[in-house]
Amino acid sequence: MTAISDRRQLAYVAAQAAEARVNIELETEGMTLNIGPQHPATHGTLRIVARLDGEQVIDAYPVMGYMHRGYEKLTEVRTYPQVTTLVNRIDWLGSFCNEVPFILAAEQLMEIEAPPRAQHIRTILFELGRIGHLTLFLGDLGVQLGAVTPVFYAFRDREHILNQMEAATGGRFHPNFDRIGGVKDDFPAGWIAETKQSLQKIRDFCNLMEDLLFGNEIFAARTRGIGVIPADVGLSYGLSGANIRGSGVDWDLRRDAPCGLAWDQAEWKVWTHPDGDAYARSWVRLQEVRESCSIVEQLLDNMPAGPIMAKVPRIIKVPAGEAYVATENPLGEMGYYIVSKGGLTPFRVKIRSASFNNMSISPWLLKGTYVPDVITILASLYFILGDIDR
Amino acid sequence: MTDTAEAPEVADEAREALLEAVTSELGDAVVQHHLLPGKDLWIRVANDAFTEVGEYLKDRQRFRYFSYLSAIDWLPSPFGRSHEAMADEADDAGSEEEAEEMVSGYAGGDTRFQILARVYNLTTGLGLNVKADISDDAMSISSWTGIYPGASWHEREAHEMFGIGFSGHPNLDALYLPGDFEGNPLRKDFPLLARLVKPWPGIVDVELMPSDENPEDQAS
Repeated sequence: MTAISDRRQLAYVAAQAAEARVNIELETEGMTLNIGPQHPATHGTLRIVARLDGEQVIDAYPVMGYMHRGYEKLTEVRTYPQVTTLVNRIDWLGSFCNEVPFILAAEQLMEIEAPPRAQHIRTILFELGRIGHLTLFLGDLGVQLGAVTPVFYAFRDREHILNQMEAATGGRFHPNFDRIGGVKDDFPAGWIAETKQSLQKIRDFCNLMEDLLFGNEIFAARTRGIGVIPADVGLSYGLSGANIRGSGVDWDLRRDAPCGLAWDQAEWKVWTHPDGDAYARSWVRLQEVRESCSIVEQLLDNMPAGPIMAKVPRIIKVPAGEAYVATENPLGEMGYYIVSKGGLTPFRVKIRSASFNNMSISPWLLKGTYVPDVITILASLYFILGDIDR
Repeated sequence: MTDTAEAPEVADEAREALLEAVTSELGDAVVQHHLLPGKDLWIRVANDAFTEVGEYLKDRQRFRYFSYLSAIDWLPSPFGRSHEAMADEADDAGSEEEAEEMVSGYAGGDTRFQILARVYNLTTGLGLNVKADISDDAMSISSWTGIYPGASWHEREAHEMFGIGFSGHPNLDALYLPGDFEGNPLRKDFPLLARLVKPWPGIVDVELMPSDENPEDQAS
């Protein structure tokens, strides 16, 4: 008899153990999820190591450096005109916008000012760069939230801008068009009329996106209240661009830190949104595309006549000194701190890129969010890996 | 000690008022300053007062927006001309001796390494460059992460690129470089190997034009 009861006893213990095991498996001990290094949400190769409790992120740790190219070191062995080739590749979607602050900083040190027509051309190409950049953002945002259609429209309509870019500069992605003292060339014949037509296509695209995305209930549900950044936190992390304007901070370097470009000759508005969530950031970018279209149109109508280059020595030597010039790039504040010792090459260049600061908030922002929202938040912060790693 | 530039006669009341407030209220913490009217303002602060200055700027002067933090290595490159373009040799031959000694930039400096940070006041729209010396023995400074959390990544970058320590930083892991990387790439005595092995092909770009060429001059 004892044998049977022993067997029962054993069976009971075994059942208990099995149940315990199941409980252990159900109990979420936490797991580590690797997002990236190759994820479509990252515009490059970013890896995020996220510790999860169930669906919730306890801790996110971004790992960078997959695209670190050492541009700050390389600038020390390049002459000033050669540096623009490098900086084109920092934020590769807004290449022309990367050149401008560097050239402006060098001009400030050399005490040269580009003629008004050159400033106009710079501003127009700068804004076209912004339009192309943010157009892709709007399409990309959709695809990351599961809406596949917008990205096709975005690529289709961005092409009009890239064609205009190519017609004027010869480069679709890396124009390398800005020069110390002016720009390389004037606009080709017929360019202005064609650009106006392209802008109309972008306007239509914006209206389409507003209906497709911003009027979409699912989109609103997935972005409203997700990844909220209070203005104070955003400022202390150094967020800039639409990320900080989406938190209600009225700060735009185009208006607040004029650097000689022609923005003050057009009527335009700095858009802000008080919510600070993913929806607000995306909405601000949509309005910025429209605003840029209007800036370009106004500037095209008021092109001043005159030369496009100031008098500049053939071999460019920059006098000793230090200068920091930043502009409002599509991603945010992009600036160069140039230390010159009077030679042909800069002594030190600190590249202040927008995405580096914009991304540095991500560990704080991702803590406590849910896995599907991680992608939404990263998409709405909008960064380019080349701009983080430099 | 003041070394305000005298060249442009533009009055810059906003920056002058800011400079006066900062120097009078921080006292000895501000070692030196430099003002370019209409352009920018630099202050150099004592190493041990760096955090105190950060707190003062954020809380009292409303410099709420943190732009960046980095460092400068003022050592002249020991690799000399091999680091610069060929054209430099042609018309820069006289500056050899001058390149030997270390010269600091605006707002001066006594040490090889300097911290460089920039903050903005969004109400007045003014930016302020803050520098601080890093002594070669200590090679460290107090961290700004407690004041501006955004300084965290910038300090990690400065740590791996220049080897500067930040006391009070929660975790100074390498940001870009692999874990077993040795050296601090942005220091001037860290060679850019690619350049040492093979001269920069871009030299061709600044080659003298045929009309400028003078064989006698080249020989000397």
